[in-house]
Amino acid sequence: MTPRNRFRWRVMRVLALCRWLRGGTVRALRLGAAAASSAPPSQDSVTVEVLDHLERLALVDFRDAEGVERLREAVRFAERLREVNTEGIEPLDSVLEDRCLYLREDDVTEGNCTAELLKNAREKVEEYFVAPPGNIPLPELEERDTFLKGS
Amino acid sequence: MAARGCGGVWRRALQRGPGGSCSASRPRRAVACNARGGAVPVGQSGLAPWVPVVGLEIHAQITSNSKLFSGSQVQFAAPPNSLVSFFDASLPGTLPVLNRRCVEAAVMTGLALNCTINKKSLFDRKHYFYADLPAGYQITQQRVPIAVNGSLSYSLCIDNKMSQMVTKTVRIKQIQLEQDSGKSLHDDARSQTLVDLNRAGVGLMEVVMEPDMCCGEEAAAAVRELQLILQTLGSSQAIMAEGQLRVDANVSVHHPGEPYGVRTEVKNINSIRFLTKAVDYEIQRQIKELENGGTVVNETRAFDSKLGCTVPMRDKEGKQDYRFMPEPNLPPLILYDAKSLPANVNHQQVVNIDWIHERLPDLPSVKRAKLVELYGILPEHSFTLVNEDGLMEFFEDVVKRTQMKPKKVIGWILSDLLSHLKQHSLTANESPISSFLLADLLNLLENGDISSSAAKQVFEELWKGEGKTPLEIVKEKQLELIQDQEELEQICQAVIDEREKEVMAIKEGNKKVINKLIGLVRKATRGRANPLLVKQILEKKLSE
Repeated sequence: MTPRNRFRWRVMRVLALCRWLRGGTVRALRLGAAAASSAPPSQDSVTVEVLDHLERLALVDFRDAEGVERLREAVRFAERLREVNTEGIEPLDSVLEDRCLYLREDDVTEGNCTAELLKNAREKVEEYFVAPPGNIPLPELEERDTFLKGS
Repeated sequence: MAARGCGGVWRRALQRGPGGSCSASRPRRAVACNARGGAVPVGQSGLAPWVPVVGLEIHAQITSNSKLFSGSQVQFAAPPNSLVSFFDASLPGTLPVLNRRCVEAAVMTGLALNCTINKKSLFDRKHYFYADLPAGYQITQQRVPIAVNGSLSYSLCIDNKMSQMVTKTVRIKQIQLEQDSGKSLHDDARSQTLVDLNRAGVGLMEVVMEPDMCCGEEAAAAVRELQLILQTLGSSQAIMAEGQLRVDANVSVHHPGEPYGVRTEVKNINSIRFLTKAVDYEIQRQIKELENGGTVVNETRAFDSKLGCTVPMRDKEGKQDYRFMPEPNLPPLILYDAKSLPANVNHQQVVNIDWIHERLPDLPSVKRAKLVELYGILPEHSFTLVNEDGLMEFFEDVVKRTQMKPKKVIGWILSDLLSHLKQHSLTANESPISSFLLADLLNLLENGDISSSAAKQVFEELWKGEGKTPLEIVKEKQLELIQDQEELEQICQAVIDEREKEVMAIKEGNKKVINKLIGLVRKATRGRANPLLVKQILEKKLSE
């Protein structure tokens, strides 16, 4: 990916994160503010509950206060877009929106590379990948020793 | 921000303990699904009626050579991980490329279900962690799916005798294209899961039905009709046993006039029969729970086919947060119709809705109507013909080859042939009696060479599949109708002479007793007497 595309990608990820935060799907979200207006208190939106929820959902590790602050900065940065009046305008969710979606013919052109795929697997059983018996739940906040370790 | 390894919340942890709190006895269906009005199931106390609400989410595997976003093959039962491309394994640096055939299949299905096809639809990512989802997200169409707002009509028999059918409609909320996940084989002994990604990335059509159904029977009929439609279109073979059609049911109950109750999702339903059982069990379970003062929890439950009940499936965490986001690697999917088709365009890159519409085959409902019109058979009969694999073609073949009227042929197909097929779990294509042979037999009957009871005997012989023709069997067993009038008269006279009591009864005016005499003649001739002729002769003799 070229640096420019990587930047665009990162902006989109943060936009998605902002939209998600605003969506109110998080239990402890304190962002009650409705539509556009002055800069919302992004400081408050990144609470401990939100961080726990994010770590659980995305398996990211914020590691320390600096990591959290970086997140806050990113959210603040992206939320500046709220200052723009976007009433009646369709959101941009991909810079590819004017491109033609290429349609591939229904031919078999790939596959049959079992050995190659399994080369990366630490464990295998007769050409199957091996995984734990089920998802291993992230321990609760109290029991997690790495949560915000560095702060 | 470092990413952790395999962790996260419990998702599809299938509980492997004892069957939970299922009662061993199958609950009798106390749901009087009144096909005319709504369903009025009777609770145990019989106080206030309950209205069950059933909605379905159906995943149909698209019949295509290659997968939705990659060029690896789609095939059932292949060596593990042999049909997997780098993209399917989610190796870095790979991108999705949309398969045109999958788009066409979805459009066909949308049109067949009277949907509005969205000329612009979008792809999204649905995130969750599970070992058989290597990317950690599934590409689906959450915001703007390919088709919306359709309807599916299906028919139910009001009683068990298939004599009265009623048509119902269920609304289709949407149809969306999405990826299938891989397969997990749970090895409890070694406490591990084996993952096969052959199925990962196969194209699925998710058909979301509105909660317009009220019981297991309706759900089953709707799914059966959808299955027939998909098979007719060829967009999916929809074989539930092979996992090509997966049904999840959303069930809730409420009192009439009150808002909808809390719903549960029932998964792991592997056949249409189990669908009926699972839905009805869940309705009863919820009614019982509520009548005992409990509450219904919004949860996912699995159907245990051995015990005939549903058990809780997921962990305590309530709703999953899928963090939907637009798929950044796929621009919007644009479809065209005759009007909007741009000029000078590469036809391979264009999906034309009108072109597909013109080429839709006859849907089951149309096939049934044509059968009724063409052959004068009853609608109920047309249902069975279309419902049973290959039976319609068999019937039409026989009709072509015989002089017997279709209305009479249908009797042989539906009672004699079908009952034998069902007894031996065969489809019409596997029948030991081919349509040729049956047509020959019916011709013999129609020409008056044999009686209908003799024909039934020949049918049984033919069923053995020993390669004999009907004519050969008739000759061998001497089943031809006695053509000699004199011989018949002699036999009739013999019966009259034997049965003085019956003769007296007839002479006294009890005409019905003559049927007994006809039966005796038939027995004496081993089915070789034409019953009408026999009746004539007897009547003549008795009036003398």
